[in-house]
Amino acid sequence: MNTLQTLRIATRALMRNKLRSFLTTLGIVIGVSAVIAMVAIGEGAKAQVEASFASMGANLLIVLPGTTTSGGAHGGFGSMPTLTWDDLKAIQSEASGVRYAAAALRATAQVLSDDQNWTTSVTGTIPEYFDIRAWSVAHGALFSVSDVEGGSKVAVLGQTVVDKLYGPSADPVGQSLRIKNVPFQIIGVLAKKGQSPMGQDYDDAVFVPQTTFQAKIQGGLSKFLSGAVFVGATSSSNTARAEKQVIAILRDRHHIMPGIDDDFSVRNLTEMASAQEAGTKTLTTLLAAIAAVSLLVGGIGIMNIMLVSVTERTREIGLRMAVGAKPGNILSQFLIEALTLSVGGGVIGVALGVFAAERLASSFGWPLLVQPNVIFLVVGVSASVGVVFGLYPARKAAQLDPIDALRYE
Amino acid sequence: MTADDALIRLDDVTKVYRMGDVDVHALRGVTLRIEQGEIIAIMGSSGSGKSTLMNVIGCLDRPTTGRYLLAGQDISTLHRSELAEIRNRQLGFVFQHFHLLARTSAIENVELPLLYAGVPTRERRRRASEALFRVGLGDRLDHHPNQMSGGQQQRVAIARALVGNPKVILADEPTGALDSRTGVEIMALFQELWRSGITVVLVTHEPDIAAHAARVLVMKDGSVRSDEKQTPRLAEHEPATESTP
Repeated sequence: MNTLQTLRIATRALMRNKLRSFLTTLGIVIGVSAVIAMVAIGEGAKAQVEASFASMGANLLIVLPGTTTSGGAHGGFGSMPTLTWDDLKAIQSEASGVRYAAAALRATAQVLSDDQNWTTSVTGTIPEYFDIRAWSVAHGALFSVSDVEGGSKVAVLGQTVVDKLYGPSADPVGQSLRIKNVPFQIIGVLAKKGQSPMGQDYDDAVFVPQTTFQAKIQGGLSKFLSGAVFVGATSSSNTARAEKQVIAILRDRHHIMPGIDDDFSVRNLTEMASAQEAGTKTLTTLLAAIAAVSLLVGGIGIMNIMLVSVTERTREIGLRMAVGAKPGNILSQFLIEALTLSVGGGVIGVALGVFAAERLASSFGWPLLVQPNVIFLVVGVSASVGVVFGLYPARKAAQLDPIDALRYE
Repeated sequence: MTADDALIRLDDVTKVYRMGDVDVHALRGVTLRIEQGEIIAIMGSSGSGKSTLMNVIGCLDRPTTGRYLLAGQDISTLHRSELAEIRNRQLGFVFQHFHLLARTSAIENVELPLLYAGVPTRERRRRASEALFRVGLGDRLDHHPNQMSGGQQQRVAIARALVGNPKVILADEPTGALDSRTGVEIMALFQELWRSGITVVLVTHEPDIAAHAARVLVMKDGSVRSDEKQTPRLAEHEPATESTP
């Protein structure tokens, strides 16, 4: 009596009660598909968070100038310019964990094409800024170091600005636009980046060389930076070290005594991203745990129906024993029946779960992430549910006394 | 023929069941020899111990005390799995209510013992259809039990008992669920098997059925009351002509 023959006997027995087998399997189907869908949703949410942080820049620290306090009212970060150009140079040269540091001078200004206008954020910076943020051009080129040194009146546009001024499919490279009534030549359009984790549109922006910004938009040179400093760490594992170094340099340069609050703030995007990821991971685990409970309930359903089946087929068991079935044959017959139910349910559940995950992902606009190892794990779990919950009824069948079983009414 | 050559040999076999607080002595020291090629009827009223005796002979139950040798092998001490193997290879069972698997064709029912014996598929088919031909059901291999008359179902059960080439066929009230005409036909089939050399042990309470055996053993209160040889009444033999109702 080999496993294949036992499997045939088991499937025949199950096919005799199609509706009952189907309903029993349904518990496992629902459990497995719920686990698959929930994990996929969790993974999709995680990927979404990762993608939005990746669009902010790689290994990014943002240094913001400090707060003002007047009459007990805190002005919030950036309300007082405390960062100087010398601070920036010190960060660039002294912090070993820092690869790039770039100022981002920011102003809100009206920009004009020949026949349209749009009010947007204008940023004055240096080419390294684009490296820190890992942004690239879709059309044309970024401005260069010599553009910054020479104060060229060139501009790189985000896609939203292009949409508003020139229309979605236009390539405005080479055309001119006016920022605060100063004419600039458009030399590039950035690739679309979408929203920041806080919902800000990264594509609604215009970038010009830092020197040009100071001269033409800000109006005059200043000792202080009117914006933020973007710092790129040498690697993702170095962001924490770079953060410490930047804080130490700035505290030293600003002569802040120990115990006194910083007059600036450093945001570590990598840390924020991992905190967010930990949050989504917890959510995924929670959802999967709830789904796993239904898998357990499905297992109890299998045990229940297998016990009924053993009772119903007591005479059959007795006969099989009389003609030579060993207790082991009976055990494996019922165990394989339970396994067929649970693994069958697992396979159907995977198909259903992937389908459900696909539908949910497309309705949320998330990437679909069903990992093969999750599928193997879940099918494995449903198989062990079959073994665990099938073992008791199968043992009960195998331990029947053939005489009593034959006489059972 | 000496006693030691006996196919079935019981020495002072007792069987005690415990029902609640009461010990039930189903067998009280049965000593019995059945030779190869006998046809024997075990008779007795209900509670006489005939069914228990049959279960012990059929290796479905073990004696409480005493010794049981089947073809020289002491089976009193064997394990459940070993008993299953002996039932599979040396014994064939026929029951009052046929005990065929429902919604399963005649040939698959007959194949069942061979399945547990590990016989390959092709040989299993061949031997099962041979056994069905032998009981006169060669044209009904793929019929299901619910498409057959009681007599035909019992023939399928006999084919199932035969298919493993057993030394002994044990029949427990094989005609109890059949009308008398069909019962005689089934007895004819048992006599035919007996003539071909198979040992047949019948358990019955009907003297009419016992009359077809060459030896009648009467049980009472767990003991053998009488054990006599007789000339068997010949049953009319017309297995293949039975009509389907």
